[in-house]
Amino acid sequence: MSTTLTSASGAPGAPGAAAPARSYPAYSQPLWRRWLLTREFAVIALLVIVLAWSNLNVPSFDGPLTMYFLFLDITPILLIALPMTLVIITGEIDLSVASVVGLSSVLVGQLHHDAGLSIPVAGLVAILVGAVCGAFNGFLVSYVGLPSLAVTIGTLALYRGIAVGLLGTTAVTDFPEHWTQLAQQRIGGSSYPVVLIPFAVLAIAFVLLLHFSPFGRGVFEIGLNDEAAHFSGVNVELTKFWLFMLSGAVSAFAGIYYTLRYGSARGDNATGMELQVIAAVLLGGVSIFGGRGALHGVIAGVVLIGVISSAMRLEGQTVNVINIVIGALLVLSVISTSLLSWASGLTSRGRGRRPPWRRQPDVTSTTTT
Amino acid sequence: MKLRNRRITAIAAVTLAASLGLTACGNNDSSSGSSGSDGSGGDVSVTFLPKNLGNPYFDTSDAGGKKAVAEFGGKFDEVGPDSATPDAQVPFINTAAQQGVNALVLSADDPKAICDAVKTARDAGTKVVTFDSDTSPECRDLFINQATAEGIAKVEVDMVAKEIGDAGQIAILSAAANATNQNAWIDLMKKDLAADHPKIQLVDVAYGNDDDQTSFDKTAALVQAHPDLKGIISPTTVGIAAAARYLSTSQYKGKVALTGLGTPNQMREYVKDGTVNEFALWNPEDLGYLAAYAAKALVDGTITGKEGDKFDAGKLGSYSVGADGTVLLGDPFVFDKSNIDKFNF
Amino acid sequence: MSTTLLVEPSAMSPARRVAGAVLRSREIAVAAVLVALILLTTLKNPSFLLSADGWRDLLLTPSLLLLLAIGQTVVIVTRNVDLSVGSTLGLTAYLTGKLFVAHPGLPILAVFVIGLLFGAVLGMVNGLLVSLFKVPALVITLGTLYIYRGIFLTWAGSSRINASDLPESFNRLGSQQILTIPVLTIIAAVVLAGVGYYLHTARSGRELYAIGSDPEAAQLYGLPVRRRILAAFVISGAVAGLAGVFYAARYGTVSSGAGYGMELQAVGAAVIGGVAIFGGSGTVWGAAIGAFLLVTINRALPIVGISDFWQQAVVGALIIAAIVLDRVLAARQERRLVAAREEARSHA
Repeated sequence: MSTTLTSASGAPGAPGAAAPARSYPAYSQPLWRRWLLTREFAVIALLVIVLAWSNLNVPSFDGPLTMYFLFLDITPILLIALPMTLVIITGEIDLSVASVVGLSSVLVGQLHHDAGLSIPVAGLVAILVGAVCGAFNGFLVSYVGLPSLAVTIGTLALYRGIAVGLLGTTAVTDFPEHWTQLAQQRIGGSSYPVVLIPFAVLAIAFVLLLHFSPFGRGVFEIGLNDEAAHFSGVNVELTKFWLFMLSGAVSAFAGIYYTLRYGSARGDNATGMELQVIAAVLLGGVSIFGGRGALHGVIAGVVLIGVISSAMRLEGQTVNVINIVIGALLVLSVISTSLLSWASGLTSRGRGRRPPWRRQPDVTSTTTT
Repeated sequence: MKLRNRRITAIAAVTLAASLGLTACGNNDSSSGSSGSDGSGGDVSVTFLPKNLGNPYFDTSDAGGKKAVAEFGGKFDEVGPDSATPDAQVPFINTAAQQGVNALVLSADDPKAICDAVKTARDAGTKVVTFDSDTSPECRDLFINQATAEGIAKVEVDMVAKEIGDAGQIAILSAAANATNQNAWIDLMKKDLAADHPKIQLVDVAYGNDDDQTSFDKTAALVQAHPDLKGIISPTTVGIAAAARYLSTSQYKGKVALTGLGTPNQMREYVKDGTVNEFALWNPEDLGYLAAYAAKALVDGTITGKEGDKFDAGKLGSYSVGADGTVLLGDPFVFDKSNIDKFNF
Repeated sequence: MSTTLLVEPSAMSPARRVAGAVLRSREIAVAAVLVALILLTTLKNPSFLLSADGWRDLLLTPSLLLLLAIGQTVVIVTRNVDLSVGSTLGLTAYLTGKLFVAHPGLPILAVFVIGLLFGAVLGMVNGLLVSLFKVPALVITLGTLYIYRGIFLTWAGSSRINASDLPESFNRLGSQQILTIPVLTIIAAVVLAGVGYYLHTARSGRELYAIGSDPEAAQLYGLPVRRRILAAFVISGAVAGLAGVFYAARYGTVSSGAGYGMELQAVGAAVIGGVAIFGGSGTVWGAAIGAFLLVTINRALPIVGISDFWQQAVVGALIIAAIVLDRVLAARQERRLVAAREEARSHA
């Protein structure tokens, strides 16, 4: 291991010549720089700015109910964004999550109302069914080798269709008060709902899984190059299969919460939620091409969208304007990556760097005949 | 070199993000919301929340409410979801509670599902009045009913029976499958048919979800699937308008009788070209007007919602509260070719 | 050096070869399913096909999805996807209504052209964002789906266009027929023929297939990739705009939910019709038959006795079956080619 390279870029504050300078460029920056100048932190900073601004300028935003309703509203998206992040990091996508929410909602409603099962048992069945739905997706993507976009467009229609087919357009709204109250209960007297506790547990589990385990490293590697990952020992198919299954199970859990929170199980619950989840995940700094991303950015992204929606609703804006802003944020955040790399490409091109196929062939290199 | 670019890139990302944030803030700045009640001042703030926006029936009723609020000097706001589903209504109920509006006047998409949100709003001090479509009685403070459910059901059954000669197959094209008011009327219609019209057979109930395209397509499906269909009852203004439009361009015009609840403006051309002979409704503007005055009476403390309470409703006169916290507007009115030109809503 | 070829040229006559290719093609298979479905439903209820209304609705109702599927095919062939077409349709339908309200005497042809151009502009926005910034079309069109729908809702507010706002002649166009074939279907068929011809014979059309098969190779080969992708999105948007005008003519009422959810149906129709989601193959004829199949299933289900609530499930199952079938066939083809190569190698 050479220690003589790159004390170069002269990182200020780097330890003196006595300690060996790190040769791995990504870690040669001091910790604060590595942490703060990232996309994730940009989103967190944006969130703080918008929160502060709303607290000062939007009427009624600083009331006690705001945070409470905000978290009640965004919890399903928070939950689903966790496995969705992993799925997108591997370079795949799962558009069927909202349909699994709807299906699990219908199942909870029907099992409780028609079959008389208790809510916990019905919920468990729903989560199992969600896992099966996810496993079906995973099977088609990993083992049959189909593109996940096409598969999940198909299962989006299929699962939503089963949900609507089972229940028609009626809704089951007869849920025991005990459970609907629980879904909306607060922690103690604070303005945070109890449902954030299971979310926190899941979030910690996913952070450990993604950032601190070999499985998580495998996920990143698949996103960067799945052939190379395969050759370095990552079981690509099994990993993707597990990710889709997790996605299905967590979506089903989110469906149970959604049903109990609104007190209504309908086949068309949560229609369109997959787009909100993907928008939040991409806003949170995850690259759509795969290979990079972090959960703290994603959580900040979801909360940011929630805060903007809440503030705009309090200002009296209609859902459409809120949607325009979210759509614009999504587009801007995604093209900003391209813009920035084009901008930095400009500066390096000015220094004489050219893409590999444009460079002059090296005259002195030997060629085989 | 690579690190340099990364640094520039990251700094640029933060700047870009910050500027995005400022634009988002800029958007908020130019918004024109006016619903926040400023707390003090004698202004009664009333928010109308119909089943969904974009429905001419509710446009008219909310306009009536607006007129009433202007008369007694309060603050009016109208919000609503795009689709008539209960979980789309809940965020607006929540927002009203957050803003601390004095009164919320709503037409419920589901009798039970929004009760939790309504309770939270009432706990926060908002009076909740339902109109047109009720919730469970214990959820809300008052219900303004346009006419008795029995009366509405009976008039529609009588109209269709008259047109098809009291015998044959009929179908119902309703709104959303969970809508409280339509379901109440449909149940009473079934009872009325069983009791008084044994030769009429109800073969199907289709749900158009108060969406124009869905209702149009469902009408097509109904006449296709039941070739012997003689009449359609549509107890929703969106449904009857869409059904009339389909029937007027199809071979069934004049052969399948269409009636139900409709607004004169939407139905005028179909009454004139013979697709529809008569239909019923009440004046939705009066309904919204009455609901707003009732809400004000609640906020002022003039009434509490008990049976027998009396309050003043502007140009409509004095009204009293009936059983179950219900206020009755009047009787349904039948429109046909002879009187349809006299109305404009 | 052996002169044996890896795969021998066919010994059959050209006519037999073409007939074989056509009969084995995906388009014929889907068409066969469609015909079987119509026959079955007609047996159950003769007025489905044989009544005047039945025949007209059979041809007329799918014409909207047909247009969207055509546009979607052009985009999917280049290995992109356009999720904003539903919002474009709604926005253009509303614009049509507004135009008639403001200028009741406007000639109908002008309105069609304006709708087409408006849709093309909306498509161009998508195309510019995708081709210039090299961001996956999925994300861009997701964003524009939100943005266009939001603009539509803000513009419309809670008002809507009613049939009484549109001129009588325009409304009649919605159900008018020439020789029992609805006018709107004829226009859609003309567009279908035009786009199909373009994709099949024009050089720029065929280049779209090359770009979808292997974008890097196309780039290296010197094809103007950016311009072609831009053109593909413009076509998709223009056709969606035309579909918006159709919507206003057919349904008469344009409310804020117009076109909601149609983009996924359009993608489904294309996939069922044989357009590979990964780009590079498929024809608009297949997508058109796929669109017909989807809408006809929707209309046939209640007659056959299945509640039409199951329609979406059927569509989803069909899409999955279609792509699995594609994959199985492709894998079989690959195995055959590898076997042929092994054989050639063992002979040589």
